[in-house]
Amino acid sequence: MSGGKSSKLGRFFSENAVVIIFLLITVLAIKPSGLSLTYIGQEMINRIGRDSFLVLALLLPIYAGMGLNFGMTLGAMSGQIGLIFAINANIRGVDGLVFAALAGTPISILMGYICGVVLNKAKGREMVTGYILAFFINGVYQFVVMYLMGVVIPIKNPAILLSRGYGIRNTLNLEGVRQSLDILLALKLGPFTLPLATFLVIAALCVFIVWFKKTKLGQDMRAVGHDMAVAEASGIPVDRTRVIVIIISTVLACYGQIIFLQNMGNFATYNAHDQTSFFAVAAILVGGASVKKATLPNVFIGVILLHVLFVVSPLAGQNLFGSAMIGEYFRQFIGYGVIALSLVLYAWRARKETERAREGLRGGAANGDIAVGGAK
Amino acid sequence: MRSFKKMVEDFGWPRIIIFLFLVALFIGAPFVHVRMDSSLSDVINRFGQNAIFVLAMVPMIQSGCGLNFGLSIGVVAGLLGSTLSIEFGLTGLLGFFGAVLFSAPFAVLFGWAYGRLLNKVKGEEMTIAMYVGFAGVMFMCIMWLILPFTSPNMVWGYAGKGLRTTITVEGYWLKVLNDFLAVRIGKFFVFPTGEILFVALAAFLMSLFMRSKTGTALTAVGSNPDYARASGISVDKMRTVSVVLSTFLGAVGICVFEQSFGFIQLYTAPVNMPFAAVAAILIGGASVNKASMLNVVVGAFLFQGLLTMTPSVINAALQTDMSEVIRIMVSNGIILYALTRKTKVTK
Repeated sequence: MSGGKSSKLGRFFSENAVVIIFLLITVLAIKPSGLSLTYIGQEMINRIGRDSFLVLALLLPIYAGMGLNFGMTLGAMSGQIGLIFAINANIRGVDGLVFAALAGTPISILMGYICGVVLNKAKGREMVTGYILAFFINGVYQFVVMYLMGVVIPIKNPAILLSRGYGIRNTLNLEGVRQSLDILLALKLGPFTLPLATFLVIAALCVFIVWFKKTKLGQDMRAVGHDMAVAEASGIPVDRTRVIVIIISTVLACYGQIIFLQNMGNFATYNAHDQTSFFAVAAILVGGASVKKATLPNVFIGVILLHVLFVVSPLAGQNLFGSAMIGEYFRQFIGYGVIALSLVLYAWRARKETERAREGLRGGAANGDIAVGGAK
Repeated sequence: MRSFKKMVEDFGWPRIIIFLFLVALFIGAPFVHVRMDSSLSDVINRFGQNAIFVLAMVPMIQSGCGLNFGLSIGVVAGLLGSTLSIEFGLTGLLGFFGAVLFSAPFAVLFGWAYGRLLNKVKGEEMTIAMYVGFAGVMFMCIMWLILPFTSPNMVWGYAGKGLRTTITVEGYWLKVLNDFLAVRIGKFFVFPTGEILFVALAAFLMSLFMRSKTGTALTAVGSNPDYARASGISVDKMRTVSVVLSTFLGAVGICVFEQSFGFIQLYTAPVNMPFAAVAAILIGGASVNKASMLNVVVGAFLFQGLLTMTPSVINAALQTDMSEVIRIMVSNGIILYALTRKTKVTK
């Protein structure tokens, strides 16, 4: 495709294709949207606080070679159940968030365990399995929240119950805990307001991830991610490591969803989690991560890029085509398209690599094919 | 001589539970005053509406491309065909077959591109198919807004442009297949002969195709690509053929669905259609890499039976609408079961 001189440039482009394409679209869309840079800047600060924690929850499973953890939605649902309990107990402010997190933790540990066990049974197709598992657990979640809450699970607060006496209302107002974390340590900086407390929590998570990678478990995790067979042979309990990684990711997603919802201020009880994994996965991929490789900067670059586009595209659509719906569909198309594109690029590259390896083997030994068939 | 236990194992517990559940629903129906004849009529009708989608799963499963989570690509092609048919004002059987005919070039083109893409990502087809399908649907959402359709039956009245979210096919080709030779017994039971015949014909053609030279080659590629390559079959070509066929069936499937359902649903409606078809064929006994006509028929019947009977019977019995929750858990549970089973054929 590219020869000699241009190969270096071509390689850079192909490795960062997703980021470059996305950056171009975003920059092009800013002007027609007519939004001021100050407004976009403040929106970005808000949205980094809102979304980064969720996106960070995706990192560990990528290190463990389990791909993008679409099962993170399970954690988001646990967080929502935690919040429902917090509203029910009428605990306000940061205390309410802490209560929600504490209530959500055991649920998300259980969910993470289930997710890990299921994914271990579907090695090699973790992503699609995680996605379907999220759908399945969504059914369980609906059942619990719509039919069991108020009957089996005691709910005292009549304001959040449906008028029929059981089941939670479709939309919950989080006024007790709304932005309580964001305004805890709000810092005025020129025209911008920084939610310092939220940023500190996110920073703490980043430190935790860096530290975790250096622990024994973290090393095991990366060995498993590199090559499961080799890890198994060197005595690392592969399945156990994978389950633990997914549990951590699910618990983080639980906290992430709580942070996300306190920033939003209210939540749609039955579909707030529908697009959690979509946004998080799109963000990390836009930031330049792949199925096997991701870094902390990927997370933040991705959140910013994705959200700039999300802020500007409806208005850009309105101004360019006279229809806000076009912008709305466009941003969804871009979101899904980016996920598809980066999965394709990754799978395509991985295949080329194996083919090259096989060619090399063929050149070396006459019966190369037999040797290839040997691995597991 | 196979023991009972072995039989159960092959068929799988989830399927047996679903089957027994459906039987229980049918037995329980009269006790909660749900009419048997109208329920049965609904089940048969919905079986006909959806069976082509389920059939569309077969070629890709057989060629080793896995479950076609990107079936919405075909559905979108079919939507293009049916809106064109209405735009040209075709009615009756001509209108229906016009819709199929108009969608064919789109389906082949989309399917070809989609197949070429899947060839580049062997082993990761399912996740990628899902997202390619989503992106395709979203892209078409923009198209529905800006394509220059003019039929006043389809565009928004006040804006004069952009297609409506639902377009009725009444007055064009509503129930042209269903009413063809339809048999009416009593007040509530209608047998949609034309629709069932159409499904039977499609299934018959598919099984002929599977037995043809190309079909055999396709199955060979799915069961052992290396062996297939060694015997001179072009793996990529066969896989592309299977994807094109699946996409085309998706397009035909939505046309059959529309004529019976009465509406063309545009915009985000196709997003979840592949999941129902995937669940149906898996309930019918197919696995991620093996599917037969029997799986299609049994699966479409069981799944649609469940979707039809659960709301009426459960709601009448419990006085609450739990059908949606049950549908979500059953359809995704069965997909999950199939994905987590150890596949015996190694890739």
